[in-house]
Amino acid sequence: MTSLLIFLVIALIGVAVWQLTKIFDLTQVGTSKDDSGVANDNDNKVNGYLMFAFVGFIYIFTIYSFVAWGDLILGTPASAHGPEVDSLMEISMALIFFVQTITQFLLHYFTFKYAGKEGQKALYFADNHKLEAVWTIIPVIVLSGLIMYGLYTWNDIMYVDEDEDVMYVELYAKQFAWEARYAGEDNTLGKANVRLIEGVNTLGVDLEDPASNDDKAVSELHLPIGKKVVFKIRSQDVLHSAYMPHFRAQMNCVPGMVTQFAFVPTVTTVEMRLDEKIVAKVNKINKIRAAKSIKLVAEGKEALDSYTFDYLLLCNKICGASHYNMQMKIVVDTPEDFKKWLAEKPTVTQVWKDANAPAPVEVKAAPLEVAVDTTMVLAQVIK
Amino acid sequence: MSAHEHGHHKETFITKYIFSIDHKMIAKQYLITGMLMGIIGVAMSIFFRMQIAWPEESFEIFKIFLGEDYAPGGVMKNDIYLALVTIHGTIMVFFVLTAGLSGTFSNLLIPLQIGARDMASGFMNMISYWMFFISSVIMIASLFVESGPASAGWTIYPPLSALPQAIPGSGTGMTLWLVSMAIFIASSLMGSLNYVVTVINLRTKGMTMTRLPLTVWAFFVTAIIGIISFPVLFSAALLLIFDRSFGTSFFLSDIFIAGEVLHYQGGSPVLFEHLFWFLGHPEVYIVILPAMGLVSEIMASSSRKPIFGYRAMIASIIAIAFLSTIVWGHHMFISGMNPFLGSVFTFTTLLIAIPSAVKAFNWITTLWKGNLQLNTAMLFSIGFVSTFITGGLTGIILGDSTLDINVHDTYFVIAHFHLVMGISALYGFFAGVYHWYPKMFGRMLNKTLGYVHFWVTVVCAYGVFFPMHFIGMAGLPRRYYTNSEFPLFDELADVNVLITMFAIIGATFQIAFFWNIFYSMFYGKKATQNPWRSTTLEWTTPVEHLHGNWPGEIPEVYRWPYDYSKPGHDEDFVPQTVPMKDGEEELHH
Repeated sequence: MTSLLIFLVIALIGVAVWQLTKIFDLTQVGTSKDDSGVANDNDNKVNGYLMFAFVGFIYIFTIYSFVAWGDLILGTPASAHGPEVDSLMEISMALIFFVQTITQFLLHYFTFKYAGKEGQKALYFADNHKLEAVWTIIPVIVLSGLIMYGLYTWNDIMYVDEDEDVMYVELYAKQFAWEARYAGEDNTLGKANVRLIEGVNTLGVDLEDPASNDDKAVSELHLPIGKKVVFKIRSQDVLHSAYMPHFRAQMNCVPGMVTQFAFVPTVTTVEMRLDEKIVAKVNKINKIRAAKSIKLVAEGKEALDSYTFDYLLLCNKICGASHYNMQMKIVVDTPEDFKKWLAEKPTVTQVWKDANAPAPVEVKAAPLEVAVDTTMVLAQVIK
Repeated sequence: MSAHEHGHHKETFITKYIFSIDHKMIAKQYLITGMLMGIIGVAMSIFFRMQIAWPEESFEIFKIFLGEDYAPGGVMKNDIYLALVTIHGTIMVFFVLTAGLSGTFSNLLIPLQIGARDMASGFMNMISYWMFFISSVIMIASLFVESGPASAGWTIYPPLSALPQAIPGSGTGMTLWLVSMAIFIASSLMGSLNYVVTVINLRTKGMTMTRLPLTVWAFFVTAIIGIISFPVLFSAALLLIFDRSFGTSFFLSDIFIAGEVLHYQGGSPVLFEHLFWFLGHPEVYIVILPAMGLVSEIMASSSRKPIFGYRAMIASIIAIAFLSTIVWGHHMFISGMNPFLGSVFTFTTLLIAIPSAVKAFNWITTLWKGNLQLNTAMLFSIGFVSTFITGGLTGIILGDSTLDINVHDTYFVIAHFHLVMGISALYGFFAGVYHWYPKMFGRMLNKTLGYVHFWVTVVCAYGVFFPMHFIGMAGLPRRYYTNSEFPLFDELADVNVLITMFAIIGATFQIAFFWNIFYSMFYGKKATQNPWRSTTLEWTTPVEHLHGNWPGEIPEVYRWPYDYSKPGHDEDFVPQTVPMKDGEEELHH
């Protein structure tokens, strides 16, 4: 079927070439047959008009894009610094559209207006220091503003205040999955190194380190709303990148070093699911999935699950064949729910003991969820 | 007028067409090799675009071109998708837009426009081309390796590129990639040295630096940044070879993969990123500056007007070149390097917008009150300015570390760099080919085919890359084999189909270009000596090529290259070889 489609497209393109060539040839009617390969007045006229039409095409396409795809853009930010990023983005975008609209118009309009004609004389205009100064100084001023605003927000996002009340969480990346480790009561992550990976200790936590005793490893990330979370990020094998688009957060995971990113979640998952834009988005996606499911079922395959919104952690640095499917669910809870959820998780030490117990008689008939979370891990002590 | 009559040694087929030391022949060799590599690079992009639009579907065309190993049953494998992305990037950036563009036009135009008989070292020039050819062959050979070609992205970040356990393409495929690139760098350095020496030493009488056409200025400055930055990539490649083959730990540390701990300790992938982007960023200017030079020259000649702000144009070329070497860190804002460094690189990066703005406004002003001859070359030059603006403007988002956090490595980045350096440089290349084809092959191209090629290409290029901004801002990461693992991205599927449609149509229409080039080579109308009525020296040479360029003495130069429509002259152009009239004033002197 697709082969047929491709064949059709190619055939249509062939026809299009032929027709376009004919159109250009027809525009030559009336002028003497000209095969010099150099543009004549008629070519200039036709292409001048087309150039003017092209700026129209750019405008219309831009407007169409915003109408048709504007709602694809990430909506309400879910972190404290998110609105800052978004407003800087909006300012930059406004500036871009302003400059784009004007310069593209001038460029194409001049092409149309001054398209070559017999007897038209070009102006010998080689230099003008005032003009040059204008379009040097205006960008300097505008960019100074952007640079200062940008650096202000950047410093705000990237530097964590020593005295702040923060929670440390380790993000651990490996081909092709994520894990997370909570620092526990002492809010200090125990030391860890990939050389210590053994059995259920998949994060290579140093179990001798007292700080690691109360650490808890999980495979679904829960965060309490309103608390600054400092992520200490490690990788086990190759470069990965911890991308949390809804929080406007991203940091690479580098084997051999610990990287850091911090933010305050401000919207719980439950609240976000009620967000107007998210509701619209989810409805749209479910419509698409329903339509796809009908086709799948007709082919005798399984229908797609319906989609509910969740925050996600994606890998955003090429990391291997299954890079496209390296994700972890993030849940933002109220502080109480978060505490309750975390309290149920075993510590890494506990998991290690259970797994290496002499009599593995009743090895965890525990709920499935816990079994998944036996990915016990510990990371380095902060600083 | 042949070379024999000019008193040169007798030329055989081999010395004339294969191991030629004539810069004009070497330019043609670069052109054709670059174009052939271009076909492969573009075809790959169509293949992976098809996979994105119709994920995991079976295509006959994959069965034919990718085979059972890479696409069992016509369905592309996920690591082969990454291999295609990697080799597409490598081929387009280095083999097409560096060697194909700069190699072709630096070789053709430097000696002709400065009034030299050939490059400073014709022999080194020949070696430079043949090393490029060998590196192309090795790169293509890597496509046929059993474990697949290099698949770690064109930026080949270790550890992924260092460990075959991490991805199959990092085995033999990666070895061949590194060997090919090492040879490519050697070729590029020899070429660049030759260009610099030639421009400095071999200018004809009267050809001062401020009488050089902007093309030559652009090639000259490009060669200098190539000489500064390419050796750093060479070192990075060398150290990576050491890590891969001899167990050193320059870039690797603390790795647990495939169930075992590797011995590496103390290295840092971030070091590699610094070394890579120390070339990688200047590289995009190595690609775009020659295109800017070509476009400036074509715009002046086709507007029948002097280029506006000649000195500002030179100053901005130099400013861009200088800044290009101190902005590489904007590729690494979230690499884990110190955030203070991010601040510094944001500052230097956004500064580049200033000389870029100067150039864009100068081009637009050049059109103002001109008498525009809308040949295909001119259309592509205007197209260049258009995409350079559209793509360049989003640079103020990506160059801003704060905003980069959220759009880094998404489709927004793909949209940005394809428009600003991919498509723009390609337009510069097309413009150059359409404009100097008569000089290269002594024949004219078919203008109707040229117009069709231009109009379809500009619409499709916009159709491909403009929508990518939106899916990027939706948070879609690049280099995903399929987006179907994320229900969140289901709503982007239609956009991806549209993009792929535009890509297929745009790529297919490049046939018009190739047909025009190869057909006109033999059957095109014979060109006159100066078909575009330009002022520069290359149009004073005879149509038939001869080794040594001018049959008699090398002409002397009396004026700058942009005396178009100068008052007080009958013609609307005054060649550089025409002496100044009594009382005539020269600008800039």
